[in-house]
Amino acid sequence: MAYSAKAKEFYTAELTGIQQAGTYKEERFIESPQDANIKVEFPSGSPPKEVLNFCANNYLGLSSYPDVVAAAHEGLKNRGYGMSSVRFICGTQDIHKELEKKLTEFLKTEDTILFPSCMDANAGVFDVVLSKEDAMISDRLVHASIVDGMRLCKAQLYNYKHSNMEHLEEKLKETQECRFRMIITDGVFSMDGDIAKLDEICDLAGKYDAMVLVDDSHATGFMGKNGRGTHEHCNVLGRIDIITTTLGKALGGASGGCVSGRREIVELCRQRARPYLFSNTVPPVIVAAASKVLDIISKTTDRRDKLEQNTNYFREKMTAAGFDIREGVHPIVPIMLYNAKLAQDMARDLYNEGIYVIGFSFPVVPKGQARIRVQISAAHEKVHLDKAIAAFTKIGEKYKILGKKKNEIIEMYGL
Amino acid sequence: MGEDLKDLIIDYVKREYLEEDAEEEINENTPLISSGIVDSFSMVSLKTFLEKKFNIKIPDDKATPDAFDTVNNMLNLLKEFNVT
Repeated sequence: MAYSAKAKEFYTAELTGIQQAGTYKEERFIESPQDANIKVEFPSGSPPKEVLNFCANNYLGLSSYPDVVAAAHEGLKNRGYGMSSVRFICGTQDIHKELEKKLTEFLKTEDTILFPSCMDANAGVFDVVLSKEDAMISDRLVHASIVDGMRLCKAQLYNYKHSNMEHLEEKLKETQECRFRMIITDGVFSMDGDIAKLDEICDLAGKYDAMVLVDDSHATGFMGKNGRGTHEHCNVLGRIDIITTTLGKALGGASGGCVSGRREIVELCRQRARPYLFSNTVPPVIVAAASKVLDIISKTTDRRDKLEQNTNYFREKMTAAGFDIREGVHPIVPIMLYNAKLAQDMARDLYNEGIYVIGFSFPVVPKGQARIRVQISAAHEKVHLDKAIAAFTKIGEKYKILGKKKNEIIEMYGL
Repeated sequence: MGEDLKDLIIDYVKREYLEEDAEEEINENTPLISSGIVDSFSMVSLKTFLEKKFNIKIPDDKATPDAFDTVNNMLNLLKEFNVT
């Protein structure tokens, strides 16, 4: 047997190490569709508990929206379940081209190519457009999939302090001799909910002759007046060369992603992006449902408007209650606790109160910056938000952190 | 050049990784990567800096997180390239 005792022992020790480091990820079983109200079996074997979900990327509340589910059914009925092919052999249906066209129109770009996920889009795009004579200049807090994508690319890698435009400019000066340069950033950073300074980034890109790539996964569908994304929010429509984004969050939440941007780059991805060339096509059922999502959000901004109102309401009430929250306008609301155990304990107590949130600590966030990350959805009603605020306040009182500043919380609980 | 080299690297680490209002003190023994001051992704700046500054090429098998964890470790790494 090739799976030797030595190998088994090694992998077992690795798993034990992860558990001892406190970074072991336990799955919770949800026994209902994804929504504001869900039934969760946790710990494993417990009777299902009804909780309010405040940790999904279901920003627009479309994950289980009846019209989207109906469109998925139609897609399944009319175009089948699987395509048993990559796109370029016999995996491209009319609905794939339609969805790519709708995404291009919605994002206000030149062209779009679907990928099985945004992880795949990010894994594939850099190696297609850049080579060893080029430079990638990335924000230090970009998503892991971008880091992986850049590692697969031969271009020289540089990074700048998070959202620090002076440092970015230094790196642009340092790389003047390169053939092409690309500034790479998330539109919205997933742990803090802060927004990239795309207006300043685009100005620097113009000044130093660099391209700009934005991963807008936490923004597409709701940031900006029409929900087009961070580029609309920052008034730089048409100035971003490449947008990568996902269908797996606001846009229905199933899976799938895309590269959208300059026509030639998108076409080159069709020819050379390895995750696109060697993965099966996005299934018709997802394409049909995502297409419906684009119809809904292109017709009305009701959902992104409700999300904005919910976000403002929750942020205001939580601040008034005395929580230390990262300021901002995004539905990701980090409740800062600094101490990892405090974040875990409070998340557990909130779950017992019927509020499903997750505590995040190092290495997911920097050391000493543990927090509970709350994610607001258009699926939340005011009564849901009020219940969460009341539960947070009750648990905040228990741990005596209401009204306390960073230093006071650290003094009480340590880092 | 020993002290100068050490100070040169410490100065770079401060400029490259710390915010202007940072309170952390960096010396030759301060853990950088294992302490979280520098993450594994940002480590590339250190490698590029040393390579450009001293006109050397550090191969991937030597560019480990441990080799860049402290300024002293980096000084030891540089010795292998006859930079002292």
